[in-house]
Amino acid sequence: MIEVLKSGFATSIQDLGRVGFAKFGVPKNGAMDQYSANFANLLVGNSLDAAVMEITLTGPKLHFHSKTLIAVVSLGTELFLNGEKQALNEACLVENGSVLELQKITLGNFAYLAVYGGFQTEFVLGSRSMYDGITSKSRLKKGSVLEIPAYSSTIKTLYASTRFDMERYSTNKVEVFTGPEFHLLSEKTKQLLLENKFTLSSDSNRMAYLLEEQLENELKPILTGPVLPGTIQLTPSGKLIVLMRDCQTTGGYPRVLQVSEKSLGVLAQKRTRETVLFSLQK
Amino acid sequence: MNYKNPHFFVMGERSILIEWEPKIDKNLLDFILFTKKNVEKKSFEPIIEITNTYYSLLIQYHITIKNIYGEILALKSVISKLSLPKNQKKERYHLPVCYDPKFGLDLEELGNENKLNFSEIKTLHSTPIYTLYFMGFLPGFLYLGGLDKKLFLDRKKTPRKRIQKGAVGIAGKQTGIYPKSSPGGWQIIGNCPVGFFDPNKNPPSIFRPGDQVKFYSISFEEHHEISEQIKHGVFQLKSEQQ
Repeated sequence: MIEVLKSGFATSIQDLGRVGFAKFGVPKNGAMDQYSANFANLLVGNSLDAAVMEITLTGPKLHFHSKTLIAVVSLGTELFLNGEKQALNEACLVENGSVLELQKITLGNFAYLAVYGGFQTEFVLGSRSMYDGITSKSRLKKGSVLEIPAYSSTIKTLYASTRFDMERYSTNKVEVFTGPEFHLLSEKTKQLLLENKFTLSSDSNRMAYLLEEQLENELKPILTGPVLPGTIQLTPSGKLIVLMRDCQTTGGYPRVLQVSEKSLGVLAQKRTRETVLFSLQK
Repeated sequence: MNYKNPHFFVMGERSILIEWEPKIDKNLLDFILFTKKNVEKKSFEPIIEITNTYYSLLIQYHITIKNIYGEILALKSVISKLSLPKNQKKERYHLPVCYDPKFGLDLEELGNENKLNFSEIKTLHSTPIYTLYFMGFLPGFLYLGGLDKKLFLDRKKTPRKRIQKGAVGIAGKQTGIYPKSSPGGWQIIGNCPVGFFDPNKNPPSIFRPGDQVKFYSISFEEHHEISEQIKHGVFQLKSEQQ
């Protein structure tokens, strides 16, 4: 069992997300950066659908009431186990009674903590991903108690030597495909969309990332249509919003681009004021 | 546009979007839902889920679609062969709505804009048989088409920070019900005490696209009574097959 001593800015449990409930208007949810979350699971020998802790910007402080194997995957933060600095992106054994603390995240927005066997929080509509209105809690709070499976020391991690691919986050290029309303844009707007850099606004969350630059919007709102995480909408004000994992299932703004799945995780880690360039894929 | 000749779009790596003419039309919805059923039956690549809106079908696949154009050709061939059976059975639900101004925060705005009194609004809203086109926006939010023209009203210029659970609203030509409290921009004219979404049930909603909805007006007191009945699990929602 793990007890939350300090929650951090926005800490929640996430997994691969909800599949098959969009017809009821249920968002996909799931880890914002699936590659990092998967990597954390691999390090402790979990299957990829095990639930991990998603940590946003500032880290939590956790008290372990049982022995287990953990891994924290992050682009940049400092991790302390019982006051001693601990390496990131590799598995480590945590003894009963230990206190794990994550400092401010300095690179990227999200860090992932995997524990052996995965967090056993409530399983609702095919997933443990926390989301307001679906799971009873949407975030972890001070005092939250998290059940984890008993650790068996005979388990060997098979992936201990796997290297975390930091390179994938070093680019500012975001791979995109054209969206359903792309062809309705003027040549000038298409060119601006694909040649200009766009800056991430501070007005961003698990639902959507807002981009600051303003385009001329010659398109009218559409009659409500389906959208997905990664759909880039052109709002009436001319600003772009990139829909993220907690986005609605339908939307009424023109869908001009669709971010590739790989790039969506990379984009998720881009911080406020960072710029990105859309790179059209065939 | 011919129903049999929709547009196809590839959305990202594993979804195909099929779009017909953008309109709210019962016959188009029937054709889209019939297409959905047939694509589900004759799945080519493994499909995760197919969802519809007014004029679209989004097909999400399990794996990246290797031969996307082959897949589109196969879908086109299915659609070209469809012939919509007549007299499809539909479930019709009767939903209680309290149009009291205590709930209907925008009754006055709607009345002023469209030159109607409260009683006219109530009658105009509870007379039609609505069609449930799809659920979206919030889990369990019903998008209903079939609103009387005299009630058309644009969304609020500034959305409200909090709209009450069960709020019945109008946005343009649509009417809908908030399944939980949420920020929102719909014009609120009443409240329906019936729960629309329970994540701890599978399926979490009893409604399906294509269902019919008819509202009946209840008083503030009856709203309270029904809410109590729902709390104790004894409320019976009226429905029948049409």
